[in-house]
This record gives sequence, structure tokens and C-alpha cells, in this order.
Amino acid sequence: MAPILQLRGITKKFPGVLANDHIDLSLKKGEILALLGENGAGKTTLMNILYGLYQPDEGEILVNDKRISITSPTDAINAGIGMVHQHFMLIPVFTVTENVMLGSEPVKFGDFLDRTKTSQKIHEISKQYKLEVDPDDYVKDLPVGVQQRVEIIKLLYRNAEILIFDEPTAVLTPQEADELFAIMRSLTKQGKSIIFITHKLREVLEISDRIMVIRRGAVVGEADPKKADRNKLAEMMVGREVNLVVEKESKKPGAHVLEVKDLVVTDTFNQVVLDHVSLDVHAGQVLGIAGVQGNGQTELVEALTGLRKSISGSVTFEGKDISNASPRAITEIGSAHVPEDRQADGLVLPSPVSENLVLCTYYKEPYSHGIVMHHDEILKNSVQLIKDFDIRTPGPLTSVGSLSGGNQQKVIIARELSRPIKLLIASQPTRGLDVGSIEYIHKRIIQKRDEGCAVLLVSPELDEIIELSDRIAVMFRGKIIATVNADDISKETLGLLMAGIVPDKIEKKAKTSKVVETTF
Amino acid sequence: MKKNNKEKQDIGKVLIQELTGGDPQNRKKRSFWKVIEIPALAILTGLIFGAIMIASTSLTVYAAFSEGFFKGLGQAFKEIGTAYWALFAGSIGDPSAWVAALKSGDPVAIRTAFNPFLESLVRATPYIFAGLACALGFRAGLFNIGVEGQLFMGALAATFVGYSLHGLPAYIHMPLAFLAGALGGAIWGSIPGILKVTTGGNEVINCIMMNYIAYRITTWLLTGPMTRPGTGGMPLSPLVEKSAEIPQFFQSPIRFHLGFFMALAVAFLVWWLLFKTTWGFDLRTVGINTRAAKYAGMSIAKTTILGMAASGALAGMAGANEILAINHTMAIGLSSGYGFDSIALALLGNSHPLGVVFAALLFGVLKNGATKMMVVSAIPIDIVTIIQALIIMFIAAPAIIRSIYRLRKPKDETVTTVKLSSWGGGK
Repeated sequence: MAPILQLRGITKKFPGVLANDHIDLSLKKGEILALLGENGAGKTTLMNILYGLYQPDEGEILVNDKRISITSPTDAINAGIGMVHQHFMLIPVFTVTENVMLGSEPVKFGDFLDRTKTSQKIHEISKQYKLEVDPDDYVKDLPVGVQQRVEIIKLLYRNAEILIFDEPTAVLTPQEADELFAIMRSLTKQGKSIIFITHKLREVLEISDRIMVIRRGAVVGEADPKKADRNKLAEMMVGREVNLVVEKESKKPGAHVLEVKDLVVTDTFNQVVLDHVSLDVHAGQVLGIAGVQGNGQTELVEALTGLRKSISGSVTFEGKDISNASPRAITEIGSAHVPEDRQADGLVLPSPVSENLVLCTYYKEPYSHGIVMHHDEILKNSVQLIKDFDIRTPGPLTSVGSLSGGNQQKVIIARELSRPIKLLIASQPTRGLDVGSIEYIHKRIIQKRDEGCAVLLVSPELDEIIELSDRIAVMFRGKIIATVNADDISKETLGLLMAGIVPDKIEKKAKTSKVVETTF
Repeated sequence: MKKNNKEKQDIGKVLIQELTGGDPQNRKKRSFWKVIEIPALAILTGLIFGAIMIASTSLTVYAAFSEGFFKGLGQAFKEIGTAYWALFAGSIGDPSAWVAALKSGDPVAIRTAFNPFLESLVRATPYIFAGLACALGFRAGLFNIGVEGQLFMGALAATFVGYSLHGLPAYIHMPLAFLAGALGGAIWGSIPGILKVTTGGNEVINCIMMNYIAYRITTWLLTGPMTRPGTGGMPLSPLVEKSAEIPQFFQSPIRFHLGFFMALAVAFLVWWLLFKTTWGFDLRTVGINTRAAKYAGMSIAKTTILGMAASGALAGMAGANEILAINHTMAIGLSSGYGFDSIALALLGNSHPLGVVFAALLFGVLKNGATKMMVVSAIPIDIVTIIQALIIMFIAAPAIIRSIYRLRKPKDETVTTVKLSSWGGGK
């Protein structure tokens, strides 16, 4: 059978970069093709070409063996190609029906919108493909997983035959991701074809029929998910051997470093976002905070680093009360913070790398004396750290904003870990990074732990939490609903906990383990 | 040991990079051109548009065109030439007059020949102070549109100290009066800063309101408590004491005075504070990224208030300079819009002290030359205002210049833009 979609020799040059280098791709009807590659490998460029956002410099696109030219998303949709973007293109204050009909509104009696017709069609689609959605719900009231379904319905409503999913699981809980995979299977069973873009190996192996790996704009190989293994794929992606499993010896935890008791924090609307949270982190131990994004992790980290005031409860650092202390006071007692949003909080993008590397210590000797800054010392420090932490930058005076995401994160890691610290609070330290950088940052965090530093790791990525943590606390709706030893828990149970479901035996175990810990 | 040496070399190299502004040789040139590219082309374009306007508003040009196209064109170029020559001679000076004066060796003749240029510097001086005020605010992410009001308050304070204290030696009285001006501006400027920190009130709105209050206070003081006795209710203050005056270097009519060098010194001080001290680091970091500043443990409140106060102090110096060096008395018509021109100056100078000095010199030259242009070619002084406005427009909308000259957009736009927290950036 002829492939439904073929790309032949697609080449796209940007000034200084060859984003796509003669890429050939063919997609069979009813197939899930995974496009695997690191950030910046050229996956998104290729898909944007297919979706009409870029024009290729060379090459051709064939749909059903017919050569077509796609110069806009409208052309793509007309050719039966649809895309589920990583960031949803939905209007929150509109209903599902209104969002779906947007752009191709059916009308009756002249110019009146025909909502009934659309919602009927949505019903049909959702029945046919098992996409459960109420057409009359407002999008803003829907959970993320359901919003994604609306995006898919939008494409099916427009009769898309080829669906492109761009990193679709980034915003989902493990359970929601499983549901998405079920939907994807039901779509392909009924004749739709899917291109699945991702850098997550586990998902690729789980869902795809065929894997294509892209590196530096070129196809480096194909693989059969039934035969391929993770390490092999990672190697193809990165171009060198990658150690995916963080080597970590079990260690006896040391003394209490951070103790949080009954911490209550409200947001700007006086809603309780942290509800009597208690936890403790010991020296030489990683406490992982698992949970779907938006369950209070951000606020917890802000409260612990002095960026947000708490209403009640206490935070102590080595016995000293630091509740509602200033960020600088907390930094000075030896706490480091890798913020969740590195560009908004962690870096001053237009400023040079050298200044960003002293962002928390610029006012101290040897970087300053009185109010006079010593730029030569700041430079010396940055030259050293660029070498030690392998930051890829043209020079210490290059603005941080022009570095890649991985190197921006390395700047923060270098700054925070190079100080003498007793506590590291790392919030999503590998968000949006490629495999190589993730490997590096994980190694550094474990190295700090082995040196006796207490680590509080917040991440919505289950794999990361499981691999790095000694103990895991699960947050749900502002509460810690369970704290367990990392060795005692399966991924499935963690997934359930993240969804707020506490299995009986866990609850018991969590309680007992809590008791054990407090006897330290 | 060897390794150590190598490291030292690396650092040396890096230092040279910093001083020259780039690492390969050619990058140095390019980055310098990058910085002045837009302002230089904006000035050129402004002058070209100004020329078109001069030609198209001249009746003699129209008359010449009615006699023939080339005649008209010739007349147009002649008019433009006369006007711009007058502008040049009135602001920089006539080179042939310089040569003649230098040859004659007569000190009076030399001074007269160079006076146009010196007068341009005099005109530029308040612009330097006011431009620095606005630039400093921009660096801190604050839009200090209240420079005008702070300038008035600074002038009032300087005037008061200038006439109310008697018998002080000049080396104490003048600096004291000048610093009083700075303090007056600082207090006035810090009020919107405090309001922003404590209530979240937008400093732009509050600065504008503070301007109105400053005008009315000035009117009241000059017609009441600070009025000059015996002027019959004229809104004029007493003359400042001789000891409080900023000394002029030559005899009248040459007004060139010490204030110009004080402005340069202050510009250097601002540069040093901004780029070489922790205080400036705080200020710039808060200005670029408030959240990162908070994360780094900087006090946003302190920096905001201090930034507004410092900006106000510079504005106050502009006022004090005008009183102590030029007017020697406070009047309602003290400022010819320095406060509002300061925004343009800061933009033109890319909020960098050195850039502001150059921008202020340009404004001084244009303002000074315009007077002569009006005398010689009967072209209204307003044409210069239009040229200034065009230059500012082109700088504020660099896309126009880029499309006219087909320049490519710089990759790293963030370097040259100053973020203003007031405009949609939240508090």
C-alpha cells in the first residue's frame, strides 16, 4: 500500500543553521510514527514545514502520492494534515462547541451560528473515537487532558487524516498520558495516521509502530520499537553513549537540615494553596516532591526560598527558624535554589554569563568591596565555572539569553552548586532539556547529595523523581498526601497518588515511615 | 605552575575582550557601529526630512519652480544650503572666522569666533542633567516622566539656598546651593517611588501629577514667600548671591560656565554607579528582570525608591544649573521643556550616560543653531523642533530606519531595549 504521506529531501536552512538536511519520511496509513530527537534537532522545523508555517528550501511533500504545496495551515488542513500543539490553541471562555467550530462556523438563517449542528458532530466524533467530552462545557473548566481531547476533536471535525502530536504528554499525568495513548490507538485503528514528536524514550517504545531518530537536522536511523532498547535509542539521539540510569549508592541520611511544619500559604486571591504541609529533608538525602503541576509545588518552593510569605506554620534550617525570612537571608545560611522558570526567575537574560554567575553573591568579597564591584574577579570566577560545568558559550561576556536552554540551566546549576551549600532546592531542574543535559544535571545533583547536601527535588516527571529520590512526597491539591521511601513504591502507585487516590496499604506505609523518620 | 600561568593568560585575554567589547578584531568595529547605527541614521534621516520641509515651505522655491524645473531645484538646494549652513555656523562656528581670529591673535576675536560652539555647550548642559535623570530611571525600569517637576523643585531649593545665605565663601556656597537643588529634586522624585512601592501606584501617573503640584508650588512661592521685594507682584525670586553662582569662564556675552564640566563629571559618576557598583547592579537587574532580582535577594522596594530619588536628584541638578549658572533668579518660565525632552534624550542615548551626553550635545547644537538660522534665512525656529521630533520618532520606531536603509534586525534585541515595568509589565 502506498504511504499516505511522503516527504522527500526536505531541506531548510536558517542563517547559520541547517535545520533540516534532506529529510525523507514516509507515513503509512494507520500507523503511529514516532519522531525522536533532542531539542533543537529539527523535529519542530520539519513539522512546521508540513503544517505550512515554513517553506522548505528544497524537497517535496506528497499526500496520497500527489505532490502538493503547503504554504499555510489552511493548505495543511485542506490536505488532511492537522496538528495538536504543545500549547493548546483554545479560547478558555468559549465552550467546547464554540472552540471546535471556530474558523469554520456553520450558520443557519443567514448569519446565525448553528451550534446544534456542531455539537451533534462533536457527539458523533467523541463516540466514534472514544473521546469523552461534553460539548457544552467551558474549556476553562476542563482538566488539561480533556482540553487536549478538544484539540484532537478540532482536527477530526476538519476531517484530518494525518495527525501530528507535538510533545503531547508534557502537560499530562501518567494516567492522562495512558488515556491519550488509548485514544491514539483507537484513532489509528480507524484509519487515521499519526506522527508523534517527543524526546521521551519510554513513550516512544510504548506507543509507536515505527521510530525515526533525528539528530542535527538529519535522519540518523529508524528503529522498531519491539526490538529497540532505551540506551540504544538515546545513543542515536545524542550521538554518544548515554548513561540513563543515575548511579547512586544508598546512603544513611544525616541530620535534619530543613524541617517544615504545618506550613500554610495562600495565593493572591486568598485561596489556600499550601494546606498544612509538613516535611523534612536530611543531609545526604534527596526528597522528591512528586505531583502534577499546579498542586502547590511552586508555592512550596517559593515559601521555602523566601519569595512568598506563609500564613502559619514554621520552616527551620538546622534548627534556626527561617519562616518568612528574606531570600537573601535564606541564601546566606547556605541554601541554594534552582528555580522552576529559569528565564523568568533564575537569569537576567540580556546580561552576560559572568554577571549571571554571581547573581546571588555579587555583593560579597571577592566580587565586591564595599559598593565597588570587581569585574576582574567576576570574570575570573566565570572563566573557572564555564570550564568546571562545561557551559557552552562563546565567552563569559555573551548574554545568557543567547545560550541554549541546556546551557542556560547549566549557568544556574554552576552558580548554585559552586557555593558552599547545605541545602539544594531544585524545582524542575531539567524542564525542557535534552537527554545529554538531563544526564549531566542529574549527575551533579547526586554528587551534591553524596557530599552531604540535603536536596529537595520538585518535578512533575515521574522518572526523574524515582531515579533521583531517596524519599518521595506526593503533593495533591496543596497537601502532601503521602511520604514514602523511594524503594518501596511502584510507578503505578505513584501515578495513582498523583491523581489524588491513596491506596490503603500506602497510607499505612506512609504513616509508619513518617513515624520512623521523626525518630531520627 | 604552568597551568596556573595559562589560566592567568586566559583571564588577561578575557579582560582585553571586555575593554574592547568583543573578541575577534572585526567584531569590535561591528558592535560599535551596531550601537550608533540607528541613532546616526535617524539623525541623517531627520535632517533630510527637515531639508524637504525647508524647501517645500519656501515661497521663493515655488516661484523658481514656476520658471522651470531645474531652476526650482537649484533654488531649493540653495535654500536648504543657506539654512543648514546657518545652523552649522550658529552652533559650531564658521571655520573661516576661526582661522581669521586665530591669525589675528586677538583674544576677544578668538572668543567671539568660538562663542557659537561654546554657547551650544551651554545649551547642552541642562539637557545632560535631565537626560541622565531619565536614563537612570529607564535603567531601573522606571519611567520618570516627572523630570520637569523635579527640575522645578530642584531650582527652587537651589534658589532659596542661593539668596538666603549670606557671607559664605563661593567654594562652599555654590556647591551647597547646587546640592540643595539635587536634594530638592531627589525628595520630589522619591515620592512617586514610595507610592509605587507602598501602594502599587503607577509612577507615570504619579509623576505627571507631581509635575502639576510642582508648577503650582512654584507659582505660589514666587508670588508669595519667595517673591523679590519691589517687583510689584512679578513672579520672580530674589537674585542669588554672587557666591552661589556657578562661575562663567569669560566675560559677557560668552556664557560658557563650569556647569558644563560639572555635568560631564556627573555623567561619569552615573556611569560608574550604574556599571561599576553593586548599587548599579541592583538597579539594572531590577530594571531588566524584577523576578530575578527578587530571587537574587535584592530589595525591589529599596531599589525603586532609591532609583527614583537618584533620578530626581539629577533632574534637580538640571534646575540648579540653570539658576546658578545662567538665570541667577527663579522665574516661572525656567524650563523650556527640558523635562520632556529628557525622555527623548534618554532614548536617543540608549539610556547610557555617554550616549546621553552625545544626545544632549546634539540637542544643544540644534537649539543654538536654530536661532541663527532664523535670523539668516527667516526659517522659523520650529523647523528645528520638527527635525528633533523626527529624529526621536525614527529612534523610537527603529523599524522605519531599518526598512529605509534595509538593515537586518539584530539577533539579540534585548540588549538595546530597556524594559519599562509601567507599560503592561505589571508592577
